[in-house]
Amino acid sequence: MASFILKINNKTHTVDADPAMPLLWAIRDLVGLTGTKYGCGIAQCGACTVHLNGNPIRSCSLPIKAAAGKDITTIEGLSGDNSHPVQMAWIKEQVPQCGYCQSGQIMAAAALLKKTPHPTDKDIDAAMNGHICRCGTYQRIRKAIKTASTLATNNHPVGGHN
Amino acid sequence: MTGAALSLGFYFPANGKEMEVLNTETAENLGIDLNAWISIDTSGKVTITNHRAEMGQGSFQSVPQIIAEELEVDLDQVNIVFAQGNPTKYGSQITGGSSTIRGTYKKLLQLSASAREMLIEAAANQWKVTPSDCYAENGFVIHKTSGKKLGYGELVTDASKLTPPKMAKLKDTKDYKIIRKPLPRQDTPLKVNGKAIFGIDKKLPGMMYAVVERSPRFIGKVKSFDDTETKKIVGVKHVFKVNREVFDNMFEGVAVVADNLWAAMQGRKVLKVEWDDAGFPHHSTDQLYSKMKEQLQKGDLISFKTQGNFSAVFQKSEKKVEALYETPYESHSCMEPLNCVADVKEDRCEIWGPIQGPDWIQGDLAKALGLPMEKVTVNMTFLGGGFGRKAFTDYPYEAAMISKQIKAPVQVVWTREDDTTLGPFRPGMVYQCKGAVVDGRIAAFETRTAGQNMDTQNPGADKSIYNGSDTEGFLEPYFSSIPHYSFGDTPVDSPVPVMWWRSVYASTNGFAFESFIDEMALAAGKDPLDFRRQHLNNPRYQELITKLEEVSGWKTRGKNTGYGVAITECFSSLVGEVVKVSKNPEGKAKIDKVWVVMDCGWYVNPDIISAQVEGSIVMALGAATKHATHFTDGKAVEKNFDSYKMPRISDAPEIEVYVMDNDEKAGGVGEPGLPPFTPALTNAIFDLTGKRIRVLPFNLEEV
Repeated sequence: MASFILKINNKTHTVDADPAMPLLWAIRDLVGLTGTKYGCGIAQCGACTVHLNGNPIRSCSLPIKAAAGKDITTIEGLSGDNSHPVQMAWIKEQVPQCGYCQSGQIMAAAALLKKTPHPTDKDIDAAMNGHICRCGTYQRIRKAIKTASTLATNNHPVGGHN
Repeated sequence: MTGAALSLGFYFPANGKEMEVLNTETAENLGIDLNAWISIDTSGKVTITNHRAEMGQGSFQSVPQIIAEELEVDLDQVNIVFAQGNPTKYGSQITGGSSTIRGTYKKLLQLSASAREMLIEAAANQWKVTPSDCYAENGFVIHKTSGKKLGYGELVTDASKLTPPKMAKLKDTKDYKIIRKPLPRQDTPLKVNGKAIFGIDKKLPGMMYAVVERSPRFIGKVKSFDDTETKKIVGVKHVFKVNREVFDNMFEGVAVVADNLWAAMQGRKVLKVEWDDAGFPHHSTDQLYSKMKEQLQKGDLISFKTQGNFSAVFQKSEKKVEALYETPYESHSCMEPLNCVADVKEDRCEIWGPIQGPDWIQGDLAKALGLPMEKVTVNMTFLGGGFGRKAFTDYPYEAAMISKQIKAPVQVVWTREDDTTLGPFRPGMVYQCKGAVVDGRIAAFETRTAGQNMDTQNPGADKSIYNGSDTEGFLEPYFSSIPHYSFGDTPVDSPVPVMWWRSVYASTNGFAFESFIDEMALAAGKDPLDFRRQHLNNPRYQELITKLEEVSGWKTRGKNTGYGVAITECFSSLVGEVVKVSKNPEGKAKIDKVWVVMDCGWYVNPDIISAQVEGSIVMALGAATKHATHFTDGKAVEKNFDSYKMPRISDAPEIEVYVMDNDEKAGGVGEPGLPPFTPALTNAIFDLTGKRIRVLPFNLEEV
């Protein structure tokens, strides 16, 4: 057991944990943010995706000691009021069914759009293929990413973490 | 109010702006009940109860959408709450068989109209006018002539004392303001910001965490276990044997309980369990399927439904068609693995979980714990997928047993490996189809089904009765147009536990039936769609075919494309699908598009219907081309998504859904879109390549 400082959504948390504990469990159980989900534990499904220094990573496969001190953004930190273009697009296109995979999908989409504001279908495949949706919302995810791109271009800048 | 610790079931979804999560104490005072579904407080705030589970299929939206229509309230302004398990109050709550709307829409319309009329009567009484001089709109009762109005909040106390009308007048479908509209779902804002609480997110004060090492061959017994290393893990508190009841059989495991989930998982990794797996077969997939095929040959068929004399007609026919179809065992693989929170005390029990049937769980646990029903509270959270797996009593039972043992609340979490390997599974089936074509028509048709029967797994079950689902998926008019037919099954026994998976037996039956109808169309020299049209002598089916033909461009399909069609019915809905395939530049088959015509009769929200069909197709695609559960030495082989591969976004075809508008009674929506997809796909592949696929799963890349 050791003490770690985690910077999540611009707030600092000091936690005591086994250094090998994956960041996912620190976020969910030690800090109490349950928006990031456990889906497989082996980085195959994407449900645990958070941003580490702005990049999407699989928190189920990153030990807490590697995340300490870095800037972590979870789904809760994307916006305070569903105003992130990806969130707005997800609502407009009615993407979620059960919703369990969607935190990860949204974090991946947000990171994609920050890097590639006008992604092609191939860009979308590459960025999103690591995410499983058992409810099969893929067609709407694809459409929503394009909608978010338009929203971001017109009015709502992508990026920034609050 | 901290989001993490508290809870659930109660939300203000108003425009996603204020996501206030109420705790259970506050929720009890939400207003005055007009009936089990509708409560209004004196400020006019309406609370609508969803009596069914929300696992993605949209009951959280559809049930309130029906109620809000007749009640005349703005859905964006209401609270929506999940019901607890209480069948006396809500009727059946088992969310399965695509039954929520078709099973309760008439009741919901009636009780909502009834509540509206009571509010109108209360206002009329206050104004001393006749109720027919008043009308309700948007949470107000208005007096037509004077324009006076009163809000529901001002009327509810009086209204609740009135006698509900015996039969309230319902709106005409043409007068619907919100039913039939693709309104955005009320749970969507909660599902894009991490606020929706799933079973696995639920926390109670003082809660422990448990993972269980369960019998890998399902019915093996715990011979002994060594928890020396486990107890060394910081946080681990208890290690003990625990039972899980599966169709009245006790499956065994060893629970590791800790004060945090990670520690429990680490503790379990170093736990040593010795299993007694003697006295029952350790099947492999090859053995299971050999058994099924052997039994089909032997001829010991339990007959389910016959007409005429199939054998005689088949024997003397010139044009005989025969085919054997194989479909795999499948895991449900919801994105949220199984989990359950149980808090068992001396005289009561409370459950929180992703649960499809809170009433079934309540009854089951009352019996298991020897408690009266009213002392067993079952709360539903949002479910991260269900597909039938979360309708079962086994995992809440196990959680309750653990809580009882440690005398503390506990959350039991299944790892992905547990969830993928332990079932119960969709049973794999083998179908032997035979048919005779005479004068371009089906003269005789037989399907013999081999596979495990999910209804005969309880000890002492009568295995000599037929499987009542032998014709599930088969279109009703075929029974009239095919003069000689025979359907029956030969059940296969195995320790592998099986159960209902999305669309149940129709999911595999549909593949056999609609592939074989196609093979007979070929033998008859007929176009597959015309051939079906010939045999479906019923206007409703004819209209579906006409629509399907039109939207898919069936008649004008181009060269170098393959078109395949399949039509099945399931849970009172008819669904037709056309799949278009072609070859990509490397010569490999790819799915270009899927057209669906869904006839579910009376319906609530067409966008939810489309979403359910889209999802059903992706799930069918997975079972057809990506994943299967295999067995070796009695154990499931595929453990996680690295080997049980799921369709990804790049695999998803373009899907267009058309919903028929008619006056038929409501049919199911969550599952019926699944069965026709796979046969439509394989029929399309045959059209493109001449290659007939009869064994699933197959590799789309290698066609």
